[in-house]
Amino acid sequence: MIRTQHLSRKFGTMTALDDVNIHVKPHEATVIMGGSGSGKTTLLRLLASLECPTSGNIYFSDESLVGITQKRLYELRAKMGMVFQYSALLNSLSVFENVAFPLREHTDLDDFIIQTMVTMKLEQVGLRGFEHMMPSQLSGGMAKRVAFARAIAMDPEVVFFDEPTSGLDPISAGVISNMILDLTKKAKMTSIVVTHDVHAGLDIADHVILLWQGKVIMEGTSDMIRNSDDARVLQFIEGRPDGPIPFSRSETAFVDDLMHKPGTVRMA
Amino acid sequence: MMNTVEKQSMMVQWLGGLGRWCLQSIEKIGDASVLSAVSLAYFFKRPWQGKHIVLQMYALGVGSLIIMAITGAFTGMVLALQGYYTLAKFGSESLLGSGVALSILRELGPVLGALMLIGRAGSSITAEIGIMRVTEQLDALQMMAINPHARVILPRIIATTLALPLLVSIFDVIGLAASYVVGVELLGVNSGAFLGEMVAKVIPMDLYAGWLKALCFGFLVGVICTYMGYRAEPTTEGVAHATTQAVVVSSVSILILDYVLTSFFL
Repeated sequence: MIRTQHLSRKFGTMTALDDVNIHVKPHEATVIMGGSGSGKTTLLRLLASLECPTSGNIYFSDESLVGITQKRLYELRAKMGMVFQYSALLNSLSVFENVAFPLREHTDLDDFIIQTMVTMKLEQVGLRGFEHMMPSQLSGGMAKRVAFARAIAMDPEVVFFDEPTSGLDPISAGVISNMILDLTKKAKMTSIVVTHDVHAGLDIADHVILLWQGKVIMEGTSDMIRNSDDARVLQFIEGRPDGPIPFSRSETAFVDDLMHKPGTVRMA
Repeated sequence: MMNTVEKQSMMVQWLGGLGRWCLQSIEKIGDASVLSAVSLAYFFKRPWQGKHIVLQMYALGVGSLIIMAITGAFTGMVLALQGYYTLAKFGSESLLGSGVALSILRELGPVLGALMLIGRAGSSITAEIGIMRVTEQLDALQMMAINPHARVILPRIIATTLALPLLVSIFDVIGLAASYVVGVELLGVNSGAFLGEMVAKVIPMDLYAGWLKALCFGFLVGVICTYMGYRAEPTTEGVAHATTQAVVVSSVSILILDYVLTSFFL
């Protein structure tokens, strides 16, 4: 479905992603995990073509997304949906209008059909009857559900999720995880989820990609990750503060800084 | 005491800072020009954004009506007072009508109108677009295959450009009416002289010059305020800073552009 080839992205001198080669299979839930700053959000934005890579290539159904025309990209976007970390609902529109937005923009369906479709999508996320509320009146969990409904309004082939469970209470997080599972298992959509929530991530994943410092360090099924003996993987899924992924992010030796010596770079 | 070398190095640093500031400013002007040119090009492309232009004009224009009316009224009133005070010294109170009309139509209408538009609408344009950036709404539009240049920037630039001349016209009318009330009813200038002088001294060109100024100012406010919001750093402080910058930069640019335009029309 989506494939990357030697994908790299630099911001100035900082390398966010370094030679990433991944393959997202259709009708599967692919979960990209990693700590903060591991480059997972950058990878998602590249896959969704919201950003351009520094080098390498991304293929969506064997069509390169690098150097694509805007017209063609917008055609392909009809097959993509995205749930953003902060939901990104349009403030000025009601819940109903937010979900109806892509339908109104890209189809000529009449109001009756649109109303039916929006009601179905809102029912799917358990928010039927909340059509008239404004985004500012919604809780974080509800806003995320509305964003979910909006993302699937056009019945896309691929849905991207940026931290779908972060900032939510355990119940709302569970609801969202279940909706993602249903989406892949029942509706046969492809979902790509970026998360640092290990448990939710491993529960919904058919395929897990673990990133560290912009590189893929482990790839496989949830069980392969759980049973891995790689120290970095273990540290991440058990959430230990120190280990091969160091607690201190400082690059100069502490002693040198204390002695006010010009910093020597500490070996990792 | 600083020695010569230290003085020189401070001078170099200061010049370097000045140079950097100039380069950054030029870069920003270029960036803003490209952004608005790219956005305005969507005016001629499908899908047609007419509905969104009208919606923005309604929001910006009608929203600014009351503040325009109040500013216009008091500007006219204070001009009549000040003008009467000055003209009375030469015994030429009868010139009050033409003096007030020329100042309002040619200068104060467009400039004060533009400044009010910046305060009322420009700052909210920057804040709104900045917040859309912070909350990923601009990315969400992209993902729904809607171009933010065409949907967000274009309608706002066109709306400020078209709304300002209309608002300025209202400002002018209310300002002149208010100056009549103060000049004729309160200060006792002869009504015939007040209106007669106004009709005799004001030529259509004065009105057109005012409108043209308003058109240019409206465009400039639209370009600067949308640019500041679109390029705001996606943080709370970033949006706050961008909003302040938008108001400061567009107000100062208006005053500079006003001098340039006036020097052409005189």
